[in-house]
Amino acid sequence: MRLFFIPYTMKISTLFSLLFCLNLGVFAQEALPIKGDEIFGSMRARHIGPALMSGRITDIEGHPTNNKVLYVGAAGGGVWKTGDGGVTFNPIFEKHTQSIGAVTVDPKNPDQVVWVGTGEIWTRNSVTIGDGIYKTSDGGQNWTNMGLANSERISSIKVNPNNTNEVFVGVLGALWSDSQDRGVYKTSDGGKTWEKLFYINATTGCSDLVMDPKNPSIMYASFWEFRRTAYSFSSGGENSALYKTTDGGKTWNKIHNGFPTGKLGRIAIAAAPSNPNILYSVIESEKDTDKGLYRSDDAGASWKRTNGDFGLVVRPFYFSRIVIDPKNPDIVLKAGLNGSLSRDGGKTFKDIGGGIHADVHDFWFDLHDSNRIYLCDDGGFYRSYDGGSIWDMSKGLPISQFYQVAVDNQTPFKVYGGLQDNGSWIGPSSKPGGIENRDWISVGAGDGFRTFPHPKDPNIVYSEMQGAENIWRINLEKNSAKTIKPFPEANDPKFRFNWNTPITTSPHNPDRLYVGSQFLHKSDDRGETWVKISPDLTTNDPAKQQQENSGGLSMDNSGAENHCTIFAINESPLDQNIIWIGTDDGNVQLTQDGGKTWTNVTANTPNLPKNTWAYFIEPSSFDKNTAYAVFTGYTSGDFKPYVYKTTDAGKTWKSIVSPDVKSFARNIKEDYKNPNLLFLGTEGGLYVTIDGGQNWSQFKNNMPPVAVHWIALHPTEDALVMATHGRGVIIVDDISPLRQLTKEIIAKDLHFFTTKPTKMAESGAFGGYARMGEFVGENPSSMAQIVYFLKSRHTFGKMSLEIFDQNDKKIADLAPGKSKGINYVDWNYSLKPPKVAKGKTLVFGGFQGPTVLPGTYKIKVTKGAKTYESNLNLIANPKSIHTAEDRKVQFETAMKLFNMSEELGYVVDQIDTYKTKIDSISPKLTTAKLKKQFPLTDIAGKMQTLKETLVVLKGDNYVGAAEPQLREKISGLYGEVLSYTGRPTNAQLSSMKVLEEKLNAAKSQMEGFKASLDKLAPAMVKAKMPELKVRSFEEYKAAEN
Amino acid sequence: MKKTIKLLFASALVFAATIAQAQTADDIINKYFEATGGAAKWAEVKSVKMIAKGKQGGMEFPITSLQKAPNLMKQTINFQGKDITITAFDGKEMWKTSFMTMKAEKGEAEDSENAAKSLDFPDPFLDYKAKGYSVALEGEEKVEGTDCYKVKLTKKPIKVDGKEEEDFSYYFFDKENGVIIMNRSVGKKGQMKDVAVETLMSDYQEVNGLFFPFTVSQKINGQVAFTMAMEKLEMNVAIDNKEFAFPID
Repeated sequence: MRLFFIPYTMKISTLFSLLFCLNLGVFAQEALPIKGDEIFGSMRARHIGPALMSGRITDIEGHPTNNKVLYVGAAGGGVWKTGDGGVTFNPIFEKHTQSIGAVTVDPKNPDQVVWVGTGEIWTRNSVTIGDGIYKTSDGGQNWTNMGLANSERISSIKVNPNNTNEVFVGVLGALWSDSQDRGVYKTSDGGKTWEKLFYINATTGCSDLVMDPKNPSIMYASFWEFRRTAYSFSSGGENSALYKTTDGGKTWNKIHNGFPTGKLGRIAIAAAPSNPNILYSVIESEKDTDKGLYRSDDAGASWKRTNGDFGLVVRPFYFSRIVIDPKNPDIVLKAGLNGSLSRDGGKTFKDIGGGIHADVHDFWFDLHDSNRIYLCDDGGFYRSYDGGSIWDMSKGLPISQFYQVAVDNQTPFKVYGGLQDNGSWIGPSSKPGGIENRDWISVGAGDGFRTFPHPKDPNIVYSEMQGAENIWRINLEKNSAKTIKPFPEANDPKFRFNWNTPITTSPHNPDRLYVGSQFLHKSDDRGETWVKISPDLTTNDPAKQQQENSGGLSMDNSGAENHCTIFAINESPLDQNIIWIGTDDGNVQLTQDGGKTWTNVTANTPNLPKNTWAYFIEPSSFDKNTAYAVFTGYTSGDFKPYVYKTTDAGKTWKSIVSPDVKSFARNIKEDYKNPNLLFLGTEGGLYVTIDGGQNWSQFKNNMPPVAVHWIALHPTEDALVMATHGRGVIIVDDISPLRQLTKEIIAKDLHFFTTKPTKMAESGAFGGYARMGEFVGENPSSMAQIVYFLKSRHTFGKMSLEIFDQNDKKIADLAPGKSKGINYVDWNYSLKPPKVAKGKTLVFGGFQGPTVLPGTYKIKVTKGAKTYESNLNLIANPKSIHTAEDRKVQFETAMKLFNMSEELGYVVDQIDTYKTKIDSISPKLTTAKLKKQFPLTDIAGKMQTLKETLVVLKGDNYVGAAEPQLREKISGLYGEVLSYTGRPTNAQLSSMKVLEEKLNAAKSQMEGFKASLDKLAPAMVKAKMPELKVRSFEEYKAAEN
Repeated sequence: MKKTIKLLFASALVFAATIAQAQTADDIINKYFEATGGAAKWAEVKSVKMIAKGKQGGMEFPITSLQKAPNLMKQTINFQGKDITITAFDGKEMWKTSFMTMKAEKGEAEDSENAAKSLDFPDPFLDYKAKGYSVALEGEEKVEGTDCYKVKLTKKPIKVDGKEEEDFSYYFFDKENGVIIMNRSVGKKGQMKDVAVETLMSDYQEVNGLFFPFTVSQKINGQVAFTMAMEKLEMNVAIDNKEFAFPID
């Protein structure tokens, strides 16, 4: 921190104490003058999904002429494109806000130009926010933000097909606050400038904009008056209405002839592509008798109600979408809890939701075959080939929306977490062949939130569903789940649980569990008995507890608006009597005596608006009086990050957020080893500080700016595990280099980081059976990693990285990383493969080198004229079933077979050399006498006979393979021995002996041929024939071929 | 080496002098040629033969790469003493060795037609206008922690599964020294469709007054999939056109 300005009135003593504070306080660490990519280099995140439950999707959009191309806009997981009708998907919006409202393809230039409006429009309590409209002009490789930065939610984008520079945008706008940035906008220059065409007021936004399929001057815009607060939702008002323009948006008129009177809510609108006079609209109104579907056959001049079934009127804020068959105006799809289909122009409907997840948001009809329909909902993307009866789910969209994540101490560690409307799950952090959808275990129903493993008992896991309707203790081994939530006792008021109820375990007592309502509940027997250890810790404001009246025109009392509840609970890792609490109505409460007394420590948080949600409190693992608090104000439309640190048990707080952080924050994680290294989960991705919060850098390497709801840091693996609300679980495997960064290190040309010894992988397992289109989570590297910092990218001159063994013998050449910042180079801790005899075919053993033994290896980087050295430690996996002796036998056997391969290769090499030379001499042996004196052809013939027993000389690498010869047998055995890191079998060891005898026989036969040839040498010299010389074994081994 | 440093120094000066000025794609390309030996000298290159080491998935293998103007090329690796051609183009047809039979097989006709349009030698930016290409400066981007200019190069349209498509990719020019350090392109068909491949260039070294990247590696999704490190590079050696022709048994 720099003191830019010291008021002259400040007393010298104050200044001194201030300086003293600075010295010992928050900013003890010196600020580091590097940021972003310059730090992280090639440190990258990996995604493990899963995609089996997928996640909420807002919008599906197709290509106007190519029916195989579709775009999917996810609620929190970005934009995905399929080019094969939904078999495989690629994410194409990785650098930008992942909350999507609408995707639109340019009708004239559909392969290049696509528009994306950000900000989800199905305004549930857990939605995130957008930051404007984007356009690509190269098919999705690069995107440019074209403005409307404060639009928050974009509901529709319509491109004039006759002039594609003219684009009309429906902006729904802010959910939690008044905003002028709403209505219908237009650009006439491809997005460079925007004009607000039509605006109602600061509470009413454009929820749907439709362009007449034949006449772009005609448009329909529905306007919706709506508002969410932290504790209520309101849909509808005097200003909700449906409008029409016939002059390209200059003038708009209400078209309500036949509509219900009174207040209206959310209105959906669609025009039939095959007959623009036919419109459908779904209307939310005051009376049940006039809610539902309306149809117009005269382009909106008059309307008739056709249906008011449940599927048509359910939760308008979530399901206001109508899609009409492109060929038949009477076939209509309506989004809903299950989704509905009409084949008679909207009079009657059937449910289509068989076999799909609930909560359908959008559809798309195939261009050529209307029985082929695509659908999206709270659980992914589906295809039907039979007009909506049977649905097939895409297993390749890892857009799962986690609320939380926890890790355990198993090897490999497992991850635990709950998801929006998709239960709670456990999955492995690595698996042979990659982490597949089928590797995940379900441990909860409904909406899943906090899911924790028992700290000691790997069979026990805790999970919950919304509003603590259930809290479960699950026994994984016995497949049982017991409901263990606390109940009010005789004199207790009703418990108020948050939608996302906090439950957590204790770092001190493995059987302890905490649950927060408005009170803190503690159990020391895994949830069997509960003790209330606090008074009401919230503001208990009755005005914020009217949930049964929530919803506006359509009641919506789902529990999502429960308020004045505890949201964050964390016991100090240093003292079990210290517990920090955060409430959704803005309190931070602290007990230092295990709950006997509580102190509200919210007061001294500078610049924090009152009642801002105390989202997460992180007690420090370095000092009892230190903690971090993250507040979020988004539920009142405040998107600033609020991150504070106290070092005096909450008496005072200091902001530790810098302008680098661009969106609001939800979660913070302190490193276990370096108190200046902090990780911040924000609505726009992961931020890292290495100087205690003076500078923050966004981590972007394979990490989209997705909402990070929770961060877990594995205590021994140093893996940072993130619960993202839209891209599943994302892991940065080894953050330990970040701990080590200092001003001195970043000034060096090259610095090797200290790394943990590599636990060598045990081979021999099977896995990897996912098929095309299924998502497979990436594994961590199982290799040894050489990690170093480069001051600048290496672009000119040579750079090499070599590994040496204990005898200083070079055993590997690796491709060095050259990024500015942190570089990771993988070494598979294997020697180079043996040289094998040349044959007709390839042998597998010629591609593999033996795994080296545990030990210390030297690393040498040569960069230009300078060299840099370090060491790398390999250790046997402590959980290995193999002894050191086993490994030694395996290594020695492998090396023996390695050498046998090369010796055999040398025999064959000599035969080949002699043959070539003899072939050039033999035409000169013209007379019988010469032939007799120099029986070279005869010897060459015998050599060839020998060679045929040594190596396969015919066939191919597939089913045309010939019978294996000695090379193939040695190589096969060598491969078997390499594939298992323990002791070879006795059968393998005796087989090696048999092969060795055969090799020795071949070698001595070869020696015999050579002796015969040597005898002829003097006479050949006399006869001026070329010398029959072969290269030495060493020369053979050193040569490329 | 002395010459290298001199050239680098000169190019750094050129850059320092122009750093504050607005750049156009042509400025950037001109400076790239200046920094790597000059466009005139590049135009004299008629063939290049490279001997390299390839690394992929823990394996290491020798690579021989032949390139000859206007667009002939062949890349051959050697496994266990066997030559395997990974990709070759004789001006008309693409071909490669089948790993199963170890015999040459021709590529899809469409790929050959595309290669005839898009392959060029020695450098795509050399006389790019005459070749019918266009360039556009698309802003700046950091590559491996280094500030770069991002230039879009559009070649003549190619065919993908029978349908005509634009053929473009992005080149990243190091702002400090002017050389290209990355190319980003997107797979057009098959399983690589829509997958971005980043080709990184480093270890620039001088051969006969021209600078070549002696290490080229490919990253997919941020992970190195393949690296090729040059051991020897010869320029304007005689290479018979037969070398590129589809072998007939």
